[in-house]
Amino acid sequence: MILVWILVLHGLLALAAGLFGRRLGRNVLLLTAIAPLATVVVLVARALGLLGGDAVAVSVAWVPGMDLSLDLILDGFGVLFWWLIAGIGLLVMLYATRYFARRDDLGQFAAMLTLFAGAMLLLTSADNVLVLFVAWELTSITSYLLIGFDDRRSEVRASALQALLVTAAGGLALLGGLLLVAQAAGTTSLSGILSAAPTDIVAQVGLGLVVLGAATKSAQAPFHFWLPGAMAAPTPVSAYLHSATMVKAGIYVLARFGPAFGPEVGWWAPVVVAMGAVSMLLGGWRALRATDLKALLAYGTVSQLGFIVLLIGHGNPELVHAGATLLLAHALFKATLFLTVGVVDHQAHTRDIRRLTGIAARMPTTAVAMVVAAASMAGVIPLFGFIAKEAALESSLHVAFGGPAMTTVIVVGSILTTAYSLRLVWGALATKPADDLDAAAVVPSEVARPARSFEAPAVVLTGLTVLFGLWVAPADELVAAAAGALAGPEASEIYLRLWHGFGLPLALSAVALGGGWLVWRSDRLVARLGAVTSRMPDMEHGYREGLRGLLSGADRVTAFVQPGSLPLYGAVVLATVLVLPGTALVGALAVPDGLVFADSLLQVAIAAIVMGAAIGAAWVRRRLSAILLLGAVGYGMAVLFVVQGAPDLALTQLLVETLALGMFVLVLRHLPERFEANPWRYGRPLRAAVSIGIGLFVGAFTLVASSAGRDGTAAAEFLARSQPDGGGANVVNVILTDFRALDTFGEVTVLVVAAIGISLMVRTPVRSEDEEADR
Amino acid sequence: MRPSLILDVVLDLVFRTALLFSLFLLFAGHNAPGGGFVSGLVAGTALVLRYVAGGVQEVDRVVPVHEQVLLGVGLLLVFLTGVFGWVVGDAFLYGAKATVEIPVLGTLSATSALVFDIGVDLVVIGLVLSLLRSLGAAADRFEEPSADHDGEVLS
Repeated sequence: MILVWILVLHGLLALAAGLFGRRLGRNVLLLTAIAPLATVVVLVARALGLLGGDAVAVSVAWVPGMDLSLDLILDGFGVLFWWLIAGIGLLVMLYATRYFARRDDLGQFAAMLTLFAGAMLLLTSADNVLVLFVAWELTSITSYLLIGFDDRRSEVRASALQALLVTAAGGLALLGGLLLVAQAAGTTSLSGILSAAPTDIVAQVGLGLVVLGAATKSAQAPFHFWLPGAMAAPTPVSAYLHSATMVKAGIYVLARFGPAFGPEVGWWAPVVVAMGAVSMLLGGWRALRATDLKALLAYGTVSQLGFIVLLIGHGNPELVHAGATLLLAHALFKATLFLTVGVVDHQAHTRDIRRLTGIAARMPTTAVAMVVAAASMAGVIPLFGFIAKEAALESSLHVAFGGPAMTTVIVVGSILTTAYSLRLVWGALATKPADDLDAAAVVPSEVARPARSFEAPAVVLTGLTVLFGLWVAPADELVAAAAGALAGPEASEIYLRLWHGFGLPLALSAVALGGGWLVWRSDRLVARLGAVTSRMPDMEHGYREGLRGLLSGADRVTAFVQPGSLPLYGAVVLATVLVLPGTALVGALAVPDGLVFADSLLQVAIAAIVMGAAIGAAWVRRRLSAILLLGAVGYGMAVLFVVQGAPDLALTQLLVETLALGMFVLVLRHLPERFEANPWRYGRPLRAAVSIGIGLFVGAFTLVASSAGRDGTAAAEFLARSQPDGGGANVVNVILTDFRALDTFGEVTVLVVAAIGISLMVRTPVRSEDEEADR
Repeated sequence: MRPSLILDVVLDLVFRTALLFSLFLLFAGHNAPGGGFVSGLVAGTALVLRYVAGGVQEVDRVVPVHEQVLLGVGLLLVFLTGVFGWVVGDAFLYGAKATVEIPVLGTLSATSALVFDIGVDLVVIGLVLSLLRSLGAAADRFEEPSADHDGEVLS
């Protein structure tokens, strides 16, 4: 149950932050930091063996009818994710208390961040694929709101929307895919699906959609373009969501499915591995040309995520083990890099490489943290990033089919990684010659020194990168459990080591570092090649064109189906009634038994008045006369109800008629006195035809309806149950408020919607050209 | 537009009577003709009368509440009756009854349907108010320039 309580705690703290955020100021983030802190405590307790085995698996019924229950299982892979979510979440929240200036809406920010953390914890521990999807969408939505936190700037809103549209479209693909796979497997349980591993055509289509969804979430080519745009978010969000956790949700799904389906489904490994390879190279290449530090990091993230996808695609235990190692290493160094870039940006008020100079001397602690983290990213011994890269190279050498190609991609990707790591460190920290800078460069002496508490979170993460490099045991245990949970016990018997001895992997690492240095030095060549590649077609272009096409298409459809002509709408609705239920009615047409012409002479007289008034209403040319005649029809009906012994109906009819008349008078004051002649020749005959048809339809319908269900069981039952069950003698009212109260509830809701709609419609200012036409 | 004193007094009388009748219909509704919907319609018709006499200002003076408050409270009451039925009984909108013996006055029995009816009543009044305020205001807006044009006094 402790898992559920952790999730509930996140929800409650998010709620509290949203409600009381304004009063607490920046300290609201300290309040919400309780949530990741509690998670860390639970994780430590679990690692020490204080929690029993049943504490990490729980099932709460949610919608039993849909086979939907809140099944949570926290296995080794989930624990790895929980550590990242809670550990980095805690540091990021502390960091954010120093990052933000005083502002009123920090409560909402803290609430969204906490909600996101909770959703992410749910995503990585859900055993039901539908629950997983709900959590997935929650992370998309909170990500949207967090990217768009500075909602006064239109380019920020556009970036947030782009991220939402791409990830939410992918989320829909994921939902479809999960449903298809679950259908094929006969269960919505994730572990059940993975052990059944259905491979029929339905399941394969589903798997394709799952890969598509995962690719959008993890910013894999060709859907990578939203991630650099998402850098419009405040830096704590970039560090947390867009490097360490949310973008790894796609990897989470691929890693879960890979070992089960990779060996079974022929296309899985080639497609996923190729996607990862392309992303790794493309991201690395684009990072080399970025001038914005955060954009550089974002492309670097695309590249590193591609690297992880490349490793887990095969589903082979050794590669999965290397992928899990890289997952941990990447979260540690990339979050550090974002946090340090955030410090630089915050103090120097820019993160443009061409404007930054002499930063290292102003903030030495941050500079050291950034250099160490970048070195870990590039794979310099003895940091944890080196261990991960060695493990990746080593395992790729053991792949039988396509192994050399994979190794080549890793080496080339690592060369690019080294090059952009150098570019990052040089660009952010170095004191540069004047011709590398533009006119608006910062003056180093004017850059304020950051507070120690602002620098601390990045230092903690850097410390872990160094620690895990030198003392690998805790990371090894974490990674082995994660890989074991994914790919079986075989994967958990692989051990991480800092020193593999002199071998091919070490040589390749050296090539990557040396090559990266060379690439970074030859920036002219990079620029010239970059000019060529930037002319190649881009998915972002496709996205913009697609969005524009969608909007203009919607405009055209709306213009076609809503031309704004009330007679046309009426004609379409009534003609539909005539065609669809009308034809069905013709088949059932029969004169019911016991049809009486009239009960009394009074009825005949009233009916004659009603009919006369109705015909008159259609005949007259003055609006006022037509409305008064319509009123006569309504009052005549009310009298008819009285004669039939239905006082409730009569009363209602009478009042509605009065009100309607009043409303008509209101509107009538600014309408022309007479109906205009229809400009179209066939207009009047057409209207007459439709009207007569509808009249005949309603008459026939009433006849047929009254002949059905004459036995009166429902009426008798209602009458009998009215007093004892409903506590009222007026059966009509008891039906309305008790027996069929749900219907009344629906009708009342419609009334409210109609009232709001009318006042909105009438109060919206009329467009000027219409006003001119009225005068 | 200055209505006569006689009209004012008679209108006030009719208005109050209509409201009283509306209340009667609301409470009698469970056992005799009436109910929340009809009660709301009666009150709404009374408001139309007010509008005819004094325009939107008159309506605003009599009901100094935004119509959306009435709509919202009404819908909320209906919904809460449903939730109440869920908690007390076994289903959403389950009708609950209570009978209280009050010493001198006699027996008072109440059903949750009454609260439901009050909600319906408020929604209907809110709808009529919304119509009067939006359509009425639009009509008055059109009135002003035309009165200037032909220079005739309308009433």
